[in-house]
Amino acid sequence: MSAELIATVWAAIIAIAIFLYVCMDGFDLGIGILLPALEKEEDRGTAINSVAPVWDGNETWLVMGGAGLYAVFPLAYAVILPALYMPLILMLLALIFRGVAFEMRFRAPTEGTRRGWDRAFTGGSLVAALMQGLALGALVQGIEVEGRAYAGGWWDWLTPFSVFTALALVAGYGLLGACWLVWKTEGTLQETARGLARRCAVLLLAAIAVVSAVMPFLLPAFRARWFDFPAILTALPVPVLVVVLGWLLFRDLRGPSDGTPAQEARPFLWALGLFFLAYTGLGITMWPMMVPPGITLWEAAAPRDSQLFLLVGAAVLIPVVLAYTGYVYWLFRGKVKAGAGYH
Amino acid sequence: MSWDALPSALDLARFQFAFTVTFHFLFPAFTIGLASFLAVLEALWLWTGRAAYLDLFRYWLKVFAVNFAMGVVSGIVMSYQFGTNWSVFADRTGPILGPLLGYEVLTAFFLEAGFLGVMLFGLGRVGRGLHFAATCLVAIGTLISGFWILSANSWMHTPAGYAVDAVGRFVPADWWQIVFNPSFPYRFLHTITGAYLTTAMIVGAVGAFHLLRLGARSRRAAGADHEPAAIAGAGPRRASGAAPEAAAPTVERARIMFSMAMWMAAAVAPVQAVLGDMHGLSTLEHQPQKIAAMEGHWETQRGAPLILFGLPDMAREETRMAIEIPRLGSLILRHEWDGEIRGLKDFPPADRPTNVPLVFWAFRIMVGMGLLMIGLGLVSLWLRLRRRLYETPWFLRWAVAMGPSGLIAVTFGWITTEAGRQPFTVYGLMRTAESASPIAAPALAASLAAFIVVYFCVFGAGMWYLFRLFAHPPEAQESGAESEPPIRTAGITPAPQVAAPQAQPAPQVQS
Ligand code: HDD
Ligand code: HEM
Ligand code: HEM
Repeated sequence: MSAELIATVWAAIIAIAIFLYVCMDGFDLGIGILLPALEKEEDRGTAINSVAPVWDGNETWLVMGGAGLYAVFPLAYAVILPALYMPLILMLLALIFRGVAFEMRFRAPTEGTRRGWDRAFTGGSLVAALMQGLALGALVQGIEVEGRAYAGGWWDWLTPFSVFTALALVAGYGLLGACWLVWKTEGTLQETARGLARRCAVLLLAAIAVVSAVMPFLLPAFRARWFDFPAILTALPVPVLVVVLGWLLFRDLRGPSDGTPAQEARPFLWALGLFFLAYTGLGITMWPMMVPPGITLWEAAAPRDSQLFLLVGAAVLIPVVLAYTGYVYWLFRGKVKAGAGYH
Repeated sequence: MSWDALPSALDLARFQFAFTVTFHFLFPAFTIGLASFLAVLEALWLWTGRAAYLDLFRYWLKVFAVNFAMGVVSGIVMSYQFGTNWSVFADRTGPILGPLLGYEVLTAFFLEAGFLGVMLFGLGRVGRGLHFAATCLVAIGTLISGFWILSANSWMHTPAGYAVDAVGRFVPADWWQIVFNPSFPYRFLHTITGAYLTTAMIVGAVGAFHLLRLGARSRRAAGADHEPAAIAGAGPRRASGAAPEAAAPTVERARIMFSMAMWMAAAVAPVQAVLGDMHGLSTLEHQPQKIAAMEGHWETQRGAPLILFGLPDMAREETRMAIEIPRLGSLILRHEWDGEIRGLKDFPPADRPTNVPLVFWAFRIMVGMGLLMIGLGLVSLWLRLRRRLYETPWFLRWAVAMGPSGLIAVTFGWITTEAGRQPFTVYGLMRTAESASPIAAPALAASLAAFIVVYFCVFGAGMWYLFRLFAHPPEAQESGAESEPPIRTAGITPAPQVAAPQAQPAPQVQS
């Protein structure tokens, strides 16, 4: 395989890893964000329990994204991380609060401390989501590079556009979390989740519309991608499908539940579909840039030997990881109930 | 105040990295050993059917869950620190170190994280065999994790199998040599056994603590008719007036864990010293100035003494007030009475470790802890022979005091290793000063302050919860829910499906 081809394959693998991260950690961050909207302690416990066995695996995709970038696109890693220093550090700190709160809330000696840990859980989830959105917006806008290093200023990542992508991501994660609860819970909690999902969906669709309208004007290369014929032919199906999925989502979010697994699971699938489309749109816009505007994925790539060495392992191991991750999800299938656990 | 007085961006970046990685490693050092310990406990339970093993398994499983969560979140920070703090280093070493970390994620982190859920919540969902398999996979995952990260770290100490390309990057030439670089086998073995000892010390301390407390209690209960007071710090469910016969099984469980920990100390602490010696000999070959700093030797000499204590003085280039044993240094390092040992003055000042006293003292703290562990192990054997292992209060107190010794030893061992590598990040090839990110001091200072505050608050709270778990004795049918059906007859398979008084994570009901 040529070095270019391997680098392209790797770009696809990393894109998939990041997408898996966004989907999987997305719903458990979303549950953290929505926690204050659940009034009963029992419901909060159930919501957190619905992700407790899987959150660690979900978050590992973030580590995969970081380590993968370091391994196969070290230049991108070395430029992006300093450029996004502040949002990334804040994200890491937020994830600390969140990860620990999982364990602690169930061990809290008093109601008050438990509420404290719930707040840490929500705050951590919210800040992590906001920071990921800021980082995304800042990356899309472009990063100033000189030689092989970041050359921009301290606050380059903070712009109206990145603030907007941050809010969009929070709404999106909220949608995923709410739809997950619709799927995994029942009764009043499920009804509450349905209402939350509808509200998040409105926010998310509005945000997608605005971001799509603004993005082509950020960089000339983006504009060409969306407004020049025939490039627009590859891009056009995306907005059309967004509308279709949005319609399906609202259709299936109409309560009350008819109790069929299909009706209860479908909103989650449609929400994932929306994420997939937004992500594809982003990919179409940015391709083949890794660090817009200057660095393409081929320029950022590690030497062929490094990429190949890890690719051999990834080709075998990623399917295995996906298989047992699927097995664990299957093991914990079905509705979650409040009750006793290992604690 | 002049601005020069403030630490430079480089110093801040170094301190931040040191702080976050030292904190991180406290958790894996315990996790690695505890995961294996849990696998052993579950195996013993499956093999003998003795309920006490299952109770102990559940008791330590709760500790494991809290500790693991802290290890994960502090570890995620680490995987981004290479880029945020050391971006030049990341760009130049990415082609070599990146794939090693990539393999760590693929072979270890996913495995641990994936099966952790089954291990914690799967007691009622899968059969015993599968549950045991999940426990073993998590334990194996922790070892694989150590394998790759220590390979990466060792490569930075003894780089091998690389070439340098046109833009100055290290590129792979021979992966086998990279992964199994010269210092890796020693570092891997010494660190993993160190993690086992760390766990043994903590488990032993908790066991000894409960033996002491139960001993005091049964003495009191055997005395007059006064009510044995509820024990301070015990879990809320501890029946305050428990009679001696109800306490007996608790004693049994405390004894089992204490005994297992003491066997570990007796068997592994001496091995650790031997491995450390071999590790040191390999360092002498590859990083002689680190050894010179550890030993406090400035002059090259034959028949060098072993300096027990002293004050290495970098300005005067000598170790003041040294207490030494003649010739022993040469004997240990060269295995001959008048072997030659190079001193620090043999190396250009720019290549010497930048903080000799730190390396010198950190090394002594680690070795001191090691010697104490060996002593503990030997005394435990002697007491065992005399059948007084569980009833010797001074020994139990000593074991309690040794609880943190493993964590102290691994921390100072790492400080020896890493401070001794200075002033290089990739030994001999890339200097720390040329590794840093283009990040200004104020940003680094702010993030450092945030790390310190958050780590102390969050991990401080985590440790407080761990201490609460330790304070509560391992009980029969150990679990959080009182209303759990008996497990002795049913085994773990039918899950506790009963709702508990407090909301607790639920095994989910299948649809
Ligand atoms: C419970 C933990 C523990 C204990 C009791 C000891 N060590 Fe250790 N030591 C470590 C845990 C550790 C470690 C954390 O695993 C280190 C840090 C980095 C490494 O490679 O291993 C280490 C490093 C380390 C080094 C540095 C090697 C280098 O940087 O190149 C030497 C020479 C020794 N050890 C030698 C010893 C000796 C002679 C001991 C005798 C009692 C000893 N250690 C006890
Ligand atoms: C977990 C145990 C570890 C501890 C406690 C530890 C400790 C330290 C300390 C104290 C320093 C600062 C040295 C100084 O600046 O004087 C340092 C630096 C560093 N360590 Fe480690 N380390 C550990 C493992 C690792 C591993 C596994 C890696 C790489 C895979 C690593 C890579 C580095 C790097 C890149 C630096 C920064 C450059 C430098 O200051 O040398 N460390 N570490
Ligand atoms: C600077 C170097 C290091 C980095 C970048 C790093 C990275 C990480 C990450 C990202 C995790 C979380 C994994 C998950 O999501 O499940 C983690 C956990 C872990 N790390 Fe580290 N690590 C470092 C040093 C070390 C060292 C030196 C060891 C062992 C010798 C180690 C052993 C472990 C283990 C066993 C775990 C899983 C158990 C636990 O979380 O307590 N790490 N590390």
